[in-house]
Amino acid sequence: MEFLLEVSLVGLAIGGVYALIAVGYSLVYRTTRVVNFAHGNMMMFGAYFFFTFAALLELHWSISIILTLLCAAFFGAGIERLLIRPMLGRPAISIVMVTVGLASILHGGAQMIWSAEDFFMPQIFPDAPLVFDGMYIPSNTAYGFLVAVSAIIILVLVFRFTRSGIAMRATAGDQIAASTMGINVPSMFSLTWIYASLTSALAGIVVGSITTLNPSMGIIGLSVLAVVILGGLDSIFGAILAGLIVGWIEAVTGFYIGAAFKDVVPFIVLLGILILRPYGLFGTPEIERL
Amino acid sequence: MSTVLEVNNIQVVYQHTVQALRGLSLSIPKGSIVTMLGANGSGKTTTLKAISGLLHLENGDITSGNIQFFGKDTRGTPPHKLVRKGLFHVMEGRRVFEELSVESNLIAATYADKEYKKNERLEEVYSYFPRLEERRRQSAGYLSGGEQQMLAIGRALIAKPKVMLLDEPSLGLAPILVNEIFEAIKRINAENGVSILLVEQNAALAFSVANYGYIIEHGRVALDGTIDKLSQNTDVQEFYLGIEKHGKSRSFKDVKHYRRRKRWLS
Repeated sequence: MEFLLEVSLVGLAIGGVYALIAVGYSLVYRTTRVVNFAHGNMMMFGAYFFFTFAALLELHWSISIILTLLCAAFFGAGIERLLIRPMLGRPAISIVMVTVGLASILHGGAQMIWSAEDFFMPQIFPDAPLVFDGMYIPSNTAYGFLVAVSAIIILVLVFRFTRSGIAMRATAGDQIAASTMGINVPSMFSLTWIYASLTSALAGIVVGSITTLNPSMGIIGLSVLAVVILGGLDSIFGAILAGLIVGWIEAVTGFYIGAAFKDVVPFIVLLGILILRPYGLFGTPEIERL
Repeated sequence: MSTVLEVNNIQVVYQHTVQALRGLSLSIPKGSIVTMLGANGSGKTTTLKAISGLLHLENGDITSGNIQFFGKDTRGTPPHKLVRKGLFHVMEGRRVFEELSVESNLIAATYADKEYKKNERLEEVYSYFPRLEERRRQSAGYLSGGEQQMLAIGRALIAKPKVMLLDEPSLGLAPILVNEIFEAIKRINAENGVSILLVEQNAALAFSVANYGYIIEHGRVALDGTIDKLSQNTDVQEFYLGIEKHGKSRSFKDVKHYRRRKRWLS
């Protein structure tokens, strides 16, 4: 039992990173009704952007992060403008297939640009593990969690309290009504993709620091997609909570049952929850007024 | 009196096949309330959508004729830009953003106002509809139908429009709320100088606020005139106001609507 707390903490920390990735999925889904299968690979690109600036060009890590976020913003806006917007009004499955295609293009592209080798991210977090009350949490995981949580908090605040955040939520709720409010709906789509791309880039830096950097790290995006479905595709809060839950279950099963089961058990739980709640934990089909 | 909005002989086709409007014209003089009456499917909502530019979002197209807003052709202007120029469409069924709070709904509408000052605008809306202020933190989805309609009109007020298109504001509301909303419509017209194009099923109600009326059938204007003139018309009295001739109630056997209606079209 003495390890349970320690394992849980590590699991929750990883879960925070999952939550950050998951939020990117549900942002895009809420506004554009697109499940973005390329999200994991956008994250991978974000990680490589950072790697390029910090390791290859040897810039200071803070400058590298700013440049990475800038690149990610343009990257997200470009994807929306060039690939998603022309598909507006087409069946959802066509748009989803575009993102699937984009995912493989990004995967191949990363191999061409940066090769298929494993790289280590330059160290940005302090080396020493965090110690709480005798419990060790690896430094990258702990600081990664802090980064993820602060990014999510900023995002939620932007959505709640800024005018553009409200406009984005309005667009997610009813596009036609939003356009009668003077909201430029297509530009809100761009903005959504930009935010999603920013979160994915941050997540990429964190994931790359915790593990290693290679073109296949986008795969983690697919397991996080399961997290998003668990939370309810259209619920940001659900995505956050589900991320934490899955991270915790993974860590606990990995420790107590065996590392081989680490990837399986969360999905069994996911399946169980979805049988009971097909819309996910917090996904609402709609508010029904009686 | 100058005209703020003019619809000239427009034809509208949905999906390249279904003709909804067949040469409809109307005009809204500055500062007036103009109402459009007509049966379901006669083209009232389509007319409003053609004016506000929403038609393109529903696969509809204006195939001939034009719409002039302050003398400028609106063709090709996307809806959000028309709104910013002062043409606000309050859609049928209220269309509030259900997951947003009342206040966030209003803030979303500030996108329509170029030089917007938050508190001043919100206070004006709350002075029209005090009930919205009481509920400003609630999700709009949980408001009653009447409150949602107030919110829909409140969003329009935020935008400081010059012309407001109102699509069936009384739809599905309790009579007492209908009165409250129509009082507000009158006030908006009188105090803010907003010209209004009002689509209503309840003709008597529409006549109580409007200056001028159009009666639409099968995508054309069948009859138009000042409210005084329209309410004298025996056909309008019978079909829209429910007043029977000579005060006698008639049996359905004696009524041949289709024949009577035809006279209008000739």
